[in-house]
Amino acid sequence: MDKAGISGSIIEEAKVFAEKEIAPLAAEFDRAGVLPRYVIDKLAEKKFLAPNFPVEYGGLGLDPVSYGLFTEEIGKACCSTRSLITVHASLVGETLLRWGKEAQKERWLRAMAEGTKIGAFALSEPEVGSDAGSVKTAYRRGGGGFIVSGRKKWISFGEIADFFVVVASEAENKDQKTTNDDADSEGQEVPGSRTAPKKRKVSVFIVERERDGILARRIPGMLGCRAAHVSEMEFKDVAVPEENLLGKEGAGFPYVAGTALDHGRYSVAWGGVAVAQAALEAMVGYARQRSQFGKKIHEFQLVRGLIGDAVTKTHAARAMCLKAGEMRRDGHREALHETAMAKYFASEVALEVASDAVQAHGGSGCSQDYPVERFFREAKILQIIEGTSQIQQEMLANFALRKYHKKVPGTFLQG
Amino acid sequence: MEMMQMISDFIEGHIVMSDDNFKLKNEDKIFELGFLDSMFALQLVGFIEEKFGVDVNEEDLDIENFSSVNNIAAFIQLKKESRDG
Repeated sequence: MDKAGISGSIIEEAKVFAEKEIAPLAAEFDRAGVLPRYVIDKLAEKKFLAPNFPVEYGGLGLDPVSYGLFTEEIGKACCSTRSLITVHASLVGETLLRWGKEAQKERWLRAMAEGTKIGAFALSEPEVGSDAGSVKTAYRRGGGGFIVSGRKKWISFGEIADFFVVVASEAENKDQKTTNDDADSEGQEVPGSRTAPKKRKVSVFIVERERDGILARRIPGMLGCRAAHVSEMEFKDVAVPEENLLGKEGAGFPYVAGTALDHGRYSVAWGGVAVAQAALEAMVGYARQRSQFGKKIHEFQLVRGLIGDAVTKTHAARAMCLKAGEMRRDGHREALHETAMAKYFASEVALEVASDAVQAHGGSGCSQDYPVERFFREAKILQIIEGTSQIQQEMLANFALRKYHKKVPGTFLQG
Repeated sequence: MEMMQMISDFIEGHIVMSDDNFKLKNEDKIFELGFLDSMFALQLVGFIEEKFGVDVNEEDLDIENFSSVNNIAAFIQLKKESRDG
């Protein structure tokens, strides 16, 4: 079988697995707020915790397009299970693959693929969300490596993960200059250079749960992805050895964390397609069986309008994700922006389609007896995680202002 | 095209500002000018790998390597020399 055939059969296997083993239990996971360990073990048995990892690290070797289609199948069944794959395989796994030292890859990737080590990504903090480069969790040199202290919030699977990829900034040293006075790395002045105030170094660390000083507490009452074990965490003077630095010191933002967020955005984009597709199918199913005024509700033009819009938007979102996937596979430099567009659009579509699916269900749509109520809650989460819709708009506006601006020497941009 | 010019053109092509006549200096600390977004850093890595045929790995993630046109050119030159023996 060729590579495309192998990928196709993996996606088909994921579809069957998701429909049989996950979808029937998704409402229960949501109610209990727990993704049971046996589900994680089943995913691991099929290598579904590492679909995007190279085969040599125990993964399935799916390319970005196939990985996206795989993600859609899992996400259609359960947003929290998809969230595990987003965090574990994309945010953590892909970042280790891109910037990990060979010893780090050897140590973590195979264990992640086997499910013996679950990874989580610790970036957000009580006071730091979108402004990711300004994390307050601090590190300093000490104990033969680093000492990490601070609080993290909204950490998916923080409660159950075996290790964390933690983003921290260099502790403030009162003796150190915090602004760059036109100086290079050796402190020599660079004549004529134009600079702005310099930020503290941001670095990324791999931190094992068993280290002393790590506390995790589940955040109760989440709107959606309730089985994603979203947690608040505290790192109290946690000693981290030198070999656990991921990437070079000071390269945490934008390089290492930026890579993680880019991969996270791609996975969440497909999560949006997944929720939209699930909501569309639920809407179609309900409209075909529900009768009012003596006829099926799918015969009413206003309901047909909702369905027509839903299928169009869902297909459009999938097309954007496929394009982003192809560009990622081909190493296209603008894949970053296409991915951001896909994430922005697909998460907006997910909420619109889920909202219309609730509307088509009427009162039933507001009840936990029907899955659209859950889809609606889950869709809202997608507009916020891995960069809010407004952050995507901001980045995409920059992209458009560059790409579609025709420079005319001697003029200025209007407005 | 000369390497420095290619790098400079790439960076200028990613600056969002109202003044079309802004001219980047080779010694400008590009990330401290405030005109580039966080995605640019990853795009710059992709540009260096694609245009100059060098691999940027974790050992190269020294902020100084990517901080100005001068430093980027020096980094690429060093990587090329190392690659070509």
